Parts: sequence; structure tokens; C-alpha cells
Amino acid sequence: MSLPERHEAVTADTFLRGLWQENPVFVMLLGMCPVLAVTNSAINALAMGLATTFVLLCSSSLVSLLRKMIPKQVRIATYIIIIATFVTMVDYAIQAISLDLYNALGAFIQLIVVNCMILGRAEAYASKQRLGATLVNGLGMGTGFTIALLCLGSVREILGAGSLFGVQLFSDNFQPWVVMILPPGGFFVLGAWLLVFAWYRQRRERRLLEQEGVTTDGR
Amino acid sequence: MAGESLGFIFLNAAVINNFVLALFLGICPFLGVSAKRATAWNMGLAVIFVMLVSSVSAWGINWLLTRFEIEFLRLICYIAVIASAVQLVEMMMKKFSPALFRALGIFLPLITTNCAILGVALFQTFREYSFLQCLAFSLGAGVGFTLALTLMAGLRERLELSRVPDVSQGAAMTLMLAGLLSLAFMGFAGLGGQHA
Repeated sequence: MSLPERHEAVTADTFLRGLWQENPVFVMLLGMCPVLAVTNSAINALAMGLATTFVLLCSSSLVSLLRKMIPKQVRIATYIIIIATFVTMVDYAIQAISLDLYNALGAFIQLIVVNCMILGRAEAYASKQRLGATLVNGLGMGTGFTIALLCLGSVREILGAGSLFGVQLFSDNFQPWVVMILPPGGFFVLGAWLLVFAWYRQRRERRLLEQEGVTTDGR
Repeated sequence: MAGESLGFIFLNAAVINNFVLALFLGICPFLGVSAKRATAWNMGLAVIFVMLVSSVSAWGINWLLTRFEIEFLRLICYIAVIASAVQLVEMMMKKFSPALFRALGIFLPLITTNCAILGVALFQTFREYSFLQCLAFSLGAGVGFTLALTLMAGLRERLELSRVPDVSQGAAMTLMLAGLLSLAFMGFAGLGGQHA
């Protein structure tokens, strides 16, 4: 009926891909809403990253285990129900661990359900691969997501409040750049990060081209 | 929260706390469908409709769940309702306007994972809005979304004609534009209530 599954061997690349090559935030631009909304401080960003990683790991391993039992026609609905279950768990867990954090993140914990990255992983990877590969890949993607959130969160907190993880970095003379922790700052900082990556990639490509040029000249 | 007037709730959701530019909900379609003004406008209309339907259903569901004291099922129920509402819109659109159906493409089913829709349902629950307030809130949110999307599409059409440095082409430039738009919308904060 369907094509035979092609299992991917678990290598370091399975993990590392999520960090750099296929980074969900900086390369694939997935799950933008929490990325922009909760990164006004580094601690919120870290909490959000960890919560998303947890949901991603649990839901994709369950999808991977059940992949032969889920009928093709209702798979998306099934994935969403699975994801929603774990999100509800995380929601209550954070509420129990730290009420301050829960209030700071607000509805965005529950909105993990509609994070396209998680559904995307379930559909594109977990539904086709064995448990081991799924776990490693999910861990890589989750770590990549968390790092990206931290990149944004720390820059915004340093510029916008003059602190990092709540610790003051500058003397009182520092005039905080308040706009950075307000909504426009989110767009600006993410845009700036994307610029940095695009610049780096372009420079590397040019260098590769130059190297090739040198070798052809040498011949 | 229960005493807010309907007009204020509408205005608040539409411009003061604009869903896209102030609360960062629904960024994916905002970046994805905002290349052409016509598509953006139609997408906005579809989102308004789905928002209204899901908001009304979410209000009913919440009432039911509270009655039986099983609120922990709220999230799962909401997302199921939204998915069916989107399916409904998709079928209607396929029948009455096939051209539009093709133009929206993959972004139509993706309305399901549009956080703005789930956001409306969740916020109205947190703020304990009455039925009429829910209607005003979801209508305002939809109008705000459409407004942001259409404005952005207009800006991007202009951008096509201007010269942009090579490095910043694509997503980076779009995000910077969105930042400026969001900065402009912050001016509306002076109109009143500020709570995110």
C-alpha cells in the first residue's frame, strides 16, 4: 500500500542538523509567534525553549511509536490531539512550579499547541522514523529552538533592560533602550539576527568560490 | 474585565493591542501571505470568519466544561473545534470561489495552526468575557489581523520596486518592515487600556 519506510541511521548529523543547518528559527522560520512574543527576557526565553523541547520530544516519540496504527486520513488531527495532551501537562506543571513564570508567559504556554515546528516534525520526521532517530532529531531541533530563543532573549534583555537573567550588567548611567523589550524590538532583533546569518552565509559562499577560482587558475 | 464596553473591546483588539503587531499572534501567515494585496485581503476575510465561528463555539464549550468541571480538556476541545471550522471554510470556499481557494493554497488549512485563532479563544476565556463581548473581541481581532496583513502587503509591494542590499533581501527585510509597522501601531497605545 505505502512505500516501505526508509529508516535513517542515527548519526551525529541527526542531532546537529537542528542546531545549524535546519535551525527551526533562523533557517526554517517556524514557530515565529513564541519566538517573538516571550523573548523580552532571557529567563522567559529559556523557560519557553525548555517547555517546547519537552512537548516536542514527548509528542514526536509517541507519534513515532504509533506511526503504524494511525490511519493516514486522520493523522493531522491525531497529532494535534497528542500535542495538546502534552501541552496541557506542561501548562499545569509550570503553574505548579513557578506561578510568576506562568503569569509572565501567559497564554503562550497553551499556544505551544499551534507551534508549527512541533506539528512539522511530527508530520515530516516522526511519522516515518524509528523511535531512536526521532528522539535524537527532536532533541537537536529542541536545542536549536532553545538556543535561538536565548539569542533573542539575551540581546533584548541586555539592550532593553540592561540586565541578563535579572542581573544588572551596567551602572546606573546606562539608559535602557526600552523599545527593545516592547513588541517592535522583537521584530528588529530577529531581523538583525537573520541579517547576521545571511551575511555570514554569503561571505562563506564567496570564499568557497574564490578558493575554487584559485585552484582552476593553478591548473 | 466584565465591565468593558463592546466598542472598547473591539477597538482594543483591533488596533491598541493588535494581534499581529503587539501580541505576536499569527506571525506565520503574516509573513507568508503578505506578498500580494488581493491575497492578503482574502486571507483576512477567511480568518475573520473562522475567528467568529471558533470564538462562538469556544464560548459554548467553555460554559459546558465549567458546568461539568472538566476544564483541563479545554485546550483539546478548542483545537478540535478550530480544526473543524477551518475545514468548513475550506469546503465552502472550494464550492463558491475555486479561484480564491487556489490562491490561498497551503495557507488555508494552515489557519488551523494560526495562533491568532486559538489566541482569541484562550484570551476570551481568561478575561471571562460574556457572549456579546466575545463577539466584539473576535471581530476586532479579525479586523486587526486583516488590517495588519493588508498594510504589510502594500508595503511589500512597494518594496519590490526599491533597491535593497543583497544581504538583507527576503525574511530579514520583511521583519524590519514589520518592526517599523509595529512601532507605528504603538502610537495607538495612547488610546487607552494597556494589557497584553
